Amino acid sequence: MSFHPLMPYGEGWHKSDRIVAAEGQPFAFTPDRVRQLEEICGKYPPDRRKSAVLAALYFVQEQQGYLTANAMRHVAEFLRITPAEVEDVATYYVMFYRAPVGRYVLQVCRTLSCALGGAERVVEALSQKLGIKVGETDASGLFTLMEFECLGACDRAPVVMVNNEYWHERLTPENCSKFVDDIKVRGEAALSGCYLKVEN
Amino acid sequence: MEPVLTKYVREPNSFELDFFLTHDGYQGLKKALAMQPNDVIEMVKASGLRGRGGAGFPTGMKWQFVDKKTPNPRYIACNADESEPGTFKDHLLMERNPHLMFEGCLIGCWAIGAKVAYIYIRGEFYHVQKILEDQLAKAYAKGYAGKNVMGSGWDCDIVLHRGAGAYEAGEETALIESLEGKRAQPRIKPPFPAVSGLYNCPTAVNNVETLCNLPSILTNGAEWFARLGPEKNGGPKLFCISGHVKKPGVYEASMNTTLQDLIFNYAGGIRDGHRLKAVIPGGSSVPILMPDQLDVPASFDAVQKAGSMLGSAGIIVMDETTCMVWVAKNLMHFYAHESCGKCTPCREGGDWLYKILDRIERGEGEVRDLDLLTSVSNNIAGKTLCAFGDAAATPPLTTLKNFRAEYEAHIREGRCPIPADWRAGTALAAAH
Repeated sequence: MSFHPLMPYGEGWHKSDRIVAAEGQPFAFTPDRVRQLEEICGKYPPDRRKSAVLAALYFVQEQQGYLTANAMRHVAEFLRITPAEVEDVATYYVMFYRAPVGRYVLQVCRTLSCALGGAERVVEALSQKLGIKVGETDASGLFTLMEFECLGACDRAPVVMVNNEYWHERLTPENCSKFVDDIKVRGEAALSGCYLKVEN
Repeated sequence: MEPVLTKYVREPNSFELDFFLTHDGYQGLKKALAMQPNDVIEMVKASGLRGRGGAGFPTGMKWQFVDKKTPNPRYIACNADESEPGTFKDHLLMERNPHLMFEGCLIGCWAIGAKVAYIYIRGEFYHVQKILEDQLAKAYAKGYAGKNVMGSGWDCDIVLHRGAGAYEAGEETALIESLEGKRAQPRIKPPFPAVSGLYNCPTAVNNVETLCNLPSILTNGAEWFARLGPEKNGGPKLFCISGHVKKPGVYEASMNTTLQDLIFNYAGGIRDGHRLKAVIPGGSSVPILMPDQLDVPASFDAVQKAGSMLGSAGIIVMDETTCMVWVAKNLMHFYAHESCGKCTPCREGGDWLYKILDRIERGEGEVRDLDLLTSVSNNIAGKTLCAFGDAAATPPLTTLKNFRAEYEAHIREGRCPIPADWRAGTALAAAH
């Protein structure tokens, strides 16, 4: 029942897309990551370990692919903050995954300059090639398709980021099929990168 | 104007410390360290340097406001969270000229008495961050950062801090919140960061390009800098030109250069067979300019006089195939998605605006939706803690003002009257 005649509850207006993280396997950082994370904490004042929370969450993602409740509790313990503080951050920033993703997460820039350069059709073509909608992972578990807001490389539109880290510039709808096939064979090496071209 | 910031970016090794040192690198810092911190601030004030992040606030003044009497530490926070749609200048500066930013950070720290500069780089720029990490280690090893900077006996650290995808982190108090390990949401001002910023200590938040201008001011003098552009708009400026132009890219020019010149000469003009329809001159948050409004210098003051803002100098160019309702819808998706959720008008209103624009664009809008758009927009602008609210209200308001007939055509015809072949649905429709 709605308290407001113009805004019915349910579909659309009041639907929350919050994903409560799964419990997951027991989690602890590897000794190497513990050392690196302590080093990072050392760059902030001693009572401000919380500043390293983004770095810690990236480490979780590196270690097990996505964030789980167990891992977030471990991060909280490590940084001496509450699990709620960790979840607060983990649910805010778009680069953290709270559910399993494919081996390659294709993050297509959808904002104006890329869209003027055909990003909508790139998404369409990738979606058709992989047989999935935006936000889904394909049956093989290799690819997840995502749309991202402005990636900050508008002169190389449309750009695609892969796994929060690798970039491919000027992807055309016509090249999408080959792009996917290339990644299957050569992995990240198939990507163009996003650097200013200079004459060597 | 001879490039200052991007002079060497096309040299293969321009990002290396060795290259930088043989091309006047760290000479500005050397000069600064021989001066009293307050004299450095006075010099930057005299140069008229204005912040390059979007607001155009005088940098020297920002530094002067930093509380120098406090027993607490002071900080420089370098804003490398470049995420205003249409902006990609800091991306280039950091990738090709990282030491210029480090030198700027150190000069800033010396001027305000800080011992640490935190560089907040957006999470998406990890490929750039790896270059920065590598070069920062070299700067430390050669004594240009860390203990006893350049043999002066002064210690100063530079710390790289990776964000994780949030447009709002570019707002200065939200950036500070994010540095503290919280959600990137703005704080109530005052107190301003200059009094109570990072860890409640006095903090100056400066954009990458702003800091990169400091070394040349120190080496060449305030007067040289001021004379490079119109009054109160001195120095070199990076312009990011994207969209329907022949040669999109970053161009360095004086702020005497007109927008017309930037688009038609620097960026090579509109792609073949098409004509200019509209320009967003300063990143997606500013009002549109029409083709007959472009004969103005691309300076903070002149663009404002023309009815828009220079903002982050992200110039987005659109040709006649662009549906302006679609533009507003695309940008509204951005603002609705990126709203940090702290202030109700922006959090709820952004979603409303997107939904209204979406139905109009699909041809399902009604005439009364146009008044609703205006009313919701006006209830966001000026009613939020940070400038995001004003930015979010801009796409519908500016497109309605300049292209009301297009909105009416959508509603009358029950479809988008300007479908372009580069938009979704078109390829599939053609195949059927």
